[in-house]
Amino acid sequence: MHPAISVKNLSKRYDSGFEALKNVNLEIEHGEIFALLGPNGAGKTTLISTICGIVNPTAGSILVDGNDIVKDYRAARSLIGLVPQELTTDAFETVWATVSFSRGLFGKPANPAYIEQTLKSLSLWDKKDDKIMTLSGGMKRRVLIAKALSHEPQILFLDEPTAGVDVELRKAMWDVVRSLRESGVTIILTTHYIEEAEEMAERVGVISHGEIILVQDKTELMSKLGQKQMTLHLQERIGGIPGSLSAYSLDISDDGEMLTYTYDTHGERTGITALLADLSQAGVKFKDLTTSQSSLEDIFVSLVGKPK
Amino acid sequence: MNIHAVRAIYGFEMARAWRTLSQSIVSPVLSTSLYFIVFGSAIGSRITEIDGVSYGSFIVPGLIMLSLLTQSIANASFGIYFPRFTGTIYEVLSAPVSYVEILIGYVGAAATKSIILGLIILATAGLFVELEIAHWFWMLLFLVMTSVTFSLFGFILGIWADGFEKLQIVPLLVITPLTFLGGSFYSIDMLPPFWQTVTLFNPVVYLISGFRWSFYEIADVNIGVSVGMTLLFLAACLIAVWWIFRTGYRLKS
Repeated sequence: MHPAISVKNLSKRYDSGFEALKNVNLEIEHGEIFALLGPNGAGKTTLISTICGIVNPTAGSILVDGNDIVKDYRAARSLIGLVPQELTTDAFETVWATVSFSRGLFGKPANPAYIEQTLKSLSLWDKKDDKIMTLSGGMKRRVLIAKALSHEPQILFLDEPTAGVDVELRKAMWDVVRSLRESGVTIILTTHYIEEAEEMAERVGVISHGEIILVQDKTELMSKLGQKQMTLHLQERIGGIPGSLSAYSLDISDDGEMLTYTYDTHGERTGITALLADLSQAGVKFKDLTTSQSSLEDIFVSLVGKPK
Repeated sequence: MNIHAVRAIYGFEMARAWRTLSQSIVSPVLSTSLYFIVFGSAIGSRITEIDGVSYGSFIVPGLIMLSLLTQSIANASFGIYFPRFTGTIYEVLSAPVSYVEILIGYVGAAATKSIILGLIILATAGLFVELEIAHWFWMLLFLVMTSVTFSLFGFILGIWADGFEKLQIVPLLVITPLTFLGGSFYSIDMLPPFWQTVTLFNPVVYLISGFRWSFYEIADVNIGVSVGMTLLFLAACLIAVWWIFRTGYRLKS
């Protein structure tokens, strides 16, 4: 079986000379949720637009379920639904008309029952006869999702689906994405909200300056690169870190009430036992202890911020 | 052939026309009626016949052409420019449609609107002046060819334009003068010899002359030349469109 998306040696140089993508290689499997993570201007949208046929690649090839996006563009594009980043809608059309239009455009015969079901699943049914210009931003986003789903695609691209969307709607959107995934749709979403990738994705690709710098299973990525922090709440303030503890990577809070110890979870030894023994020897007592794992965001910053 | 897509684009564009009915049908019909009243009835009654045809009747083919040209260009250019402007073009570009299908959808709809408009104006003209159509077949052929050709031209304009100003400037600064100087309101042998020669470089002359011939069998240039020039312009537009799609000019980066 072919991968859902297979990108090989893809490069894109715009007429301005800007290199948006540099030799990108990426495979996305059927049925997974893949998050493409990167700061603004990293090349996320260019990559998606190239796969969807909106941007011409400078070099390299892309296969969608084995179909070349240039030679077999009909087969390739029929499989894909795209939800763009910008809220680009036909302001004067009704919700029903614009979604029906999308279905036709992608070569599917009219199917009012399916469109009704799609609109209902996105809580758009009672808005079906409203003009798009009268809808709120969040509703417009849903209309774009309905348009992308109108032709029953197997692969769905969500380009920053929750940008500018309130928390409640964001959660609702995630539910929609999950239920789509359950129905077997492959989902690729771009985001610069780490929490979104963390919440949704099974695999994460990090893109920066047009290069994919990492593709990994999310939990693996987090455990592999994750650092943990142990915070000790002290019984008594201390003026500074005792000299006998200088070998540990300890930070002291400004008020002298907390000590923070940073350690690697995938190291053989975390050094916790030794630290605790040394602490009691130094006479430092603590009343509480918490540990926290670094989030994808911390990992991300450490990756993207890495000097070249 | 993705027939559903052609139908979707065509239907979308036709729906736009209904939504803007006053702009796409009512206003051109009204302005043409004003021409009939002013030139045809009021001033025309003081002008002697041209080649045996009353002045009011004489200007009918030219006035229809004037509307066909401006409306074909306006409709088709706006139809493709607006999605580019708002960004909704992404959907068409990412859809499994060929360029030919896109073209049939957009240009077909624009041409259809022009043809309908042309026939409405023709019917309206019948209310003001006496009409006779000697060659129905040729009249309809010119009507269709002109609508298609200038809708294609409008499509090209809508892709070339990178602002609303450019969208307006070509119809206003190029097409309207060419049409007025193309014999809409006069026979070109009423001009001094020098200007008669200059006029022959105006492509619109051939369209109006051929169209008028299909009504009254009077023409400034040979009917064969008229058909030839129209086809030539059609071919030029098709080549331009072919190049646009081949290179993705202003559609894809």
